[in-house]
Amino acid sequence: MTTQTHESTASEISNYLCIGCPMGCRLEVEENEAKEIVEVRGFSCRRGEQYAKQEHTEPQRMVTTTVAINNGLWARLPVRTTAAIPKDKTIELCQKLRSLRLQAPIDRGDIVLPNVFDTGVDVVASRSMKTADETTSSRNG
Amino acid sequence: MITAETQHLKPEYDVVVVGGGPAGMAAALGAKEMGADRVLIVDREKEAGGILLQCIHPGFGLQHFKEELTGPEYAQRFLEKVLETEVDLATDTYVLDIDKDKRVKLMSSDRGVEIVSAKAVVLAMGARERTRGAIRTPGSRPSGVLTAGLAQKFVNMLGYLPGKRAVILGSGDIGLIMARRLTLEGLEVAGVFEIMPHANGLNRNIVQCLHDYNIPLHLSTTVVEIHGSDRLEKVTVAPVDETFTPDMSRSWDIPCDTLLLSIGLIPENELSRQLNLRIDPVTRGPIVRSTMESSMDGVFVCGNVVHIHDLVDFVSQEALLAGRNAGLYATQQQPPEDNIRLVPGENVAYCVPHTISSDREHTVYMRVRKPLEASVLNLGEVYEKKLRYVFPAEMVNLKVRPRFLHEFHGDTLKVDIVPTAS
Amino acid sequence: MKIVLYDVTIIGGGAIGCTIARELSRYQINVALLEKEIEVGFGTSKANSGIIHGGHHGSPDSLKGKLEWEGNQLWDPLADELGFGFRRIGELTVALAEDQLPTLNALKEQGEKKGVPGLELWDRDRLQQEEPSLSENAIAALFAPTTGVVNPYEACFNLIENAVLNGLNLFVSSPVQSITEGPDNTWILQTPKKEYRTRFVINAAGVFADRIAELAGVRTFSIHARKGEEYLLDKRLCGLVKRVIFPCPTPVSKGILVIPTFDGTLMVGPTAEMVEDKYNLATSSAGGQQVFDFVRNVVPGISARDCIAEFAGLRAVADGEDFIIGTTSKKGFINVAGIQSPGLTAAPAIATLVADIIRDEGLSMSLKDDFEPAVPKPIHFASLPTEKQIELARQNPSYGQIVCRCELITEGEILDAIDRGAKTLDGIKFRTRAGMGRCQGGFCTSRCMELLSRKMDVPIPEITKRGGESWVVKPRTELTAT
Repeated sequence: MTTQTHESTASEISNYLCIGCPMGCRLEVEENEAKEIVEVRGFSCRRGEQYAKQEHTEPQRMVTTTVAINNGLWARLPVRTTAAIPKDKTIELCQKLRSLRLQAPIDRGDIVLPNVFDTGVDVVASRSMKTADETTSSRNG
Repeated sequence: MITAETQHLKPEYDVVVVGGGPAGMAAALGAKEMGADRVLIVDREKEAGGILLQCIHPGFGLQHFKEELTGPEYAQRFLEKVLETEVDLATDTYVLDIDKDKRVKLMSSDRGVEIVSAKAVVLAMGARERTRGAIRTPGSRPSGVLTAGLAQKFVNMLGYLPGKRAVILGSGDIGLIMARRLTLEGLEVAGVFEIMPHANGLNRNIVQCLHDYNIPLHLSTTVVEIHGSDRLEKVTVAPVDETFTPDMSRSWDIPCDTLLLSIGLIPENELSRQLNLRIDPVTRGPIVRSTMESSMDGVFVCGNVVHIHDLVDFVSQEALLAGRNAGLYATQQQPPEDNIRLVPGENVAYCVPHTISSDREHTVYMRVRKPLEASVLNLGEVYEKKLRYVFPAEMVNLKVRPRFLHEFHGDTLKVDIVPTAS
Repeated sequence: MKIVLYDVTIIGGGAIGCTIARELSRYQINVALLEKEIEVGFGTSKANSGIIHGGHHGSPDSLKGKLEWEGNQLWDPLADELGFGFRRIGELTVALAEDQLPTLNALKEQGEKKGVPGLELWDRDRLQQEEPSLSENAIAALFAPTTGVVNPYEACFNLIENAVLNGLNLFVSSPVQSITEGPDNTWILQTPKKEYRTRFVINAAGVFADRIAELAGVRTFSIHARKGEEYLLDKRLCGLVKRVIFPCPTPVSKGILVIPTFDGTLMVGPTAEMVEDKYNLATSSAGGQQVFDFVRNVVPGISARDCIAEFAGLRAVADGEDFIIGTTSKKGFINVAGIQSPGLTAAPAIATLVADIIRDEGLSMSLKDDFEPAVPKPIHFASLPTEKQIELARQNPSYGQIVCRCELITEGEILDAIDRGAKTLDGIKFRTRAGMGRCQGGFCTSRCMELLSRKMDVPIPEITKRGGESWVVKPRTELTAT
């Protein structure tokens, strides 16, 4: 983020790059002397506008990582938060998840860790995973 | 269920799709949609989904599903559809060969070697990563130098970490994503180095993968030497000039045990070469008609086999089109042939498809050679589109509508992307 | 505990050590081989160009020139018995200017004097007809049909496998740290793990042969390292040239070559640069530049863009440039040193020469009755006809599972390689080519590690690229301990 002050108006403009989608819009948030957001510019969609305000006041991120799983097709299960959490909690959440060990099989959407940091956000499995030794189901014939 | 192996294959298929990643799955669905009954997907991994399964980060599906999904979620949605539509799926199976009569020679440990025949074939093998040899980085050959994609598989699926302190060469999206992944897994990422004066990955990834974790991005800088006899011990990096010549007087050493290479993808075209398909030297993938049919009748291609995409959503879109046309081919109901050739002009590296027809709408994908601010895309003299900014890392797409071509009677259209005249 | 007294102990498991070991395994003597690396062939031999030289290059007045032609003729039976890749594809020494023509004539004359058959001078038309990818600047060439290509590492592996089958005692990861004279004309060799007693010592330690001689107190020479960088090209270029292409030689080197390797891929190199550090295997941008700049003049279709891998090896160069083979001032210590190019070509002749020397030195050597000259030919799935593939995959499902996509190597072949001695990723790569293709292991590394881990019963983090500290991954627990 970069910030510049307009001396004439005493307003402050902060620049952000939108992470909402791959377009990467360049956003501007203008603040008045009372630190209130006066205007948001540069977005191409409603999400972008919201992102700019959020990023300016309290940045948040979706978190994706993996958790150990026993007897699964793979050694790690990918997981995600159901919504964005405060950005500065990301590393702490990943550390917390390192102490978990799940058991296959598991379904996509199964809750792995509920209500992280009392945010109401859960960490859920982002895929289903069968057990490694489960025989493959026969289809057609 | 991500794996649902078909136990017995049919001797004949309408469409055989090679590759069960996002392209292959969408192609199979497209073929089914057009009335192809017997469709087979062949994949060499133990489950379908392709590289998406190791791309555990979000950012997929905004175009296709209108919501943000992780790679495994995106894959699973497609797979569920594939299984609902009764497409045969042969995982753990390798295509050894396809002959000119479209007989496909398959091999798997369960079923051994078998041959199935196809009316149409869709090639959707994806891409492979460029390696150290491709850029000839001087130095020794210790362990610890690996492609970003291999590191991603180690970390996200197999559960091993590539080392303790990493340097990343190349600012492609996989490199940026891996910088964050390694940081979240407790490694120290000393920096990302990019030989070009601009980053190769999407801006959003620079923000949320590097800025968020204070990982430095060094543009116009590259790794000039690799050190270490058994295991990587350090790399020497140096800034480069406009001709990419390193300035050794300003070089410095970075101790690290891991060097990830994120230096680009190359379309996987072993089978395309076996079939003697015509290859575009720029994309390094087959030359395609607007139906995604290659230079060989009944052989369709889609996804990263054709050109490297930056969004899986576009892969799905392109593959759906290829699959539909393969389905039409197999059921003998093809659309009119193309009558206009697209020629990449100023600041356009390539256009896909290579030809279009004037009777229906087409989406043309292209990549620019250098970044521009406000610019304009000229489709010959028949149409122009204003663009806010363009980057080589971001594919430009253009909908070419039949009405653009009402007054056009030529057979070639040059495509330029140039700065807006100020 | 009974102390074993070996009749002969070979120090060094490169191409020379392996060939000697195999030759000596014909006899009723007790032989050991000590190799400092985790597998044989992992030093200079691994980076060898893989050319069996035609026989005409070296002057008959030098030992290396003499053994070059003798050795050349011994490769056919060796390859037949041991099943490694060897093919006489011929070579062309190309003149790019009129003033090089006398060199070609002199080479031809030298070869004919040595008895090398089939040497022919080709003019530009013949060249363009036989090798259309050669530059138009190539005005003439000397053709030698006797030149062949071989997989040097495969040769080492199969030679040693056969030697072990016939009773060789192979000790890897065993660097010799000291050499002392024991009682009754014996030698005592100390490695970090063990002490070995032996009557004869064969010093085949490559670039370190001077150090080994010094440990024994018989150092009369120095070995210098001359580095050669090689660049391997994409399969796309297979068949661009059919023969090994040499430039006109200079006094120092045979120059930069275009080599159609046994596997069909093209390799270009080597450079020739003296280096101080005998562990320096770094490639350089100057080296790459030199190779590709030179090659462009000879075969214009080759560019640096097609490079998929590069590596370097160190030639062991003795003062005076010739081989040093023979006895020393101390009874039982025999040098086989300074074996630079054409060392691989000469190796089988060197091996018989060494056997003769030991015999002359008084070791009683009678042939074994039960010597087994062959090892089973490894299965190479991709090159089998379809019916054979179908049958094999039915018999053993592991041959139905592709592990390396670029080179079409099956799980069965990798398991075979591990059974036959591969302990590392490089060991698998050099035996099967898995990981040697254009993706350079991007897809198959993890699978090869799983197979090594399963067969050797060690955790994956203990799997290495080539032994020592060349680990590939760390277990997660190490970082979660905090």
